[in-house]
Amino acid sequence: MMRWALWLLAGALLGGIVHLVTVLILPATATQDAYSRFSTMSEVNTVTPVPPPTPQNAVIPFMDPAFAAAVCRYDLSAGPIKLNVPVSIAYTSVSFYTRRGVAYYAINDRAAGRRAIELDLMTSAQRSNLPDDEEVTAADRLIVESPTSTGLIMVRALAPEAGLMPAVRNALNAARCRVDVKS
Amino acid sequence: MRLIFGCLLAFVIAAAIGLGMTWLTLSRGTAFGAIPIGAWTAWPKTGTQDADPYSRATIARSGELPVGSGDGVAFLARADDNGKALDGRCDVLINGVTPQARFWTITLYDSQGQLVANSIERHGFTSQEILRHADGSFEVAVAPRARPSNWLPTGGIENYVLMLRLYDTPVGVATRAAREAPMPAIQVRSCP
Repeated sequence: MMRWALWLLAGALLGGIVHLVTVLILPATATQDAYSRFSTMSEVNTVTPVPPPTPQNAVIPFMDPAFAAAVCRYDLSAGPIKLNVPVSIAYTSVSFYTRRGVAYYAINDRAAGRRAIELDLMTSAQRSNLPDDEEVTAADRLIVESPTSTGLIMVRALAPEAGLMPAVRNALNAARCRVDVKS
Repeated sequence: MRLIFGCLLAFVIAAAIGLGMTWLTLSRGTAFGAIPIGAWTAWPKTGTQDADPYSRATIARSGELPVGSGDGVAFLARADDNGKALDGRCDVLINGVTPQARFWTITLYDSQGQLVANSIERHGFTSQEILRHADGSFEVAVAPRARPSNWLPTGGIENYVLMLRLYDTPVGVATRAAREAPMPAIQVRSCP
């Protein structure tokens, strides 16, 4: 009897280890994460409008239907990225996600404080390679450091009433993300 | 012989406990960094780089993108104020006020995070659309059949969840109590 109890205990302990290991390796093995879902519908380093979620079809779960969204799937290996998002009528935000979907930075139109949200996205290595004089002019440039060389930028704009959705979608079409050629 | 049986038993138990716990924690959500206010729970840390391994795994598995902390915070309700799972065949009333925020939206999803089909194509309300009382509070009737005022149709599905997202809000990682963030009550009025 005692021996079986020991086997049970060993099983439970091993179960705890299995649990921790599966939780830790899951993000690296997931095939249906947000980045993979957007890979099939968007080009690298361009802003692509995300189709509005419907009951039959949504690119990712838990999208806010009151928002128009666009995605820029970025790859910083060719150089830093410049992002320009015009502010729309009500509320505009830009959120940055790593390859694994962790939100590492987000900013809204009021925090950006201008008519357009303008940002430079680069890896920490690219940032330390910036010439010194660039660093001075960088004071009025917003620089975001990406922890991974690939990831997602989600641009979202709120349509406060359903009737305003077409106008908000149009405004988002002017958003740009491109590799900064001069640096 | 006994040794083999013992090992097999241990492995089976390990697999069942380990995978079962993983599945359970990822589908239910964990208490790490959770802010429960009434029927609502927010995980503001999930929208930052300090997200714990459980929320990272949840995000990767479901494919959702959490609301970033510089953007806002999302509160999820799976049950009413009495802890009973939200049922789309019941008449449910949400009433009260929301925490301070520039905008908020309330949205109804099925348990997988998909919108629910309904005849009027309404899936939620924004803070601008909703009809309010004179004191600024509001009521939303979540019900399978049409209701006057703010009606959020459930499509009659068995299980649904509600998500209240606050945009540009002081509510976040530092929020501790319901006093700082008053959330609306969720009450079942009648069930067939």
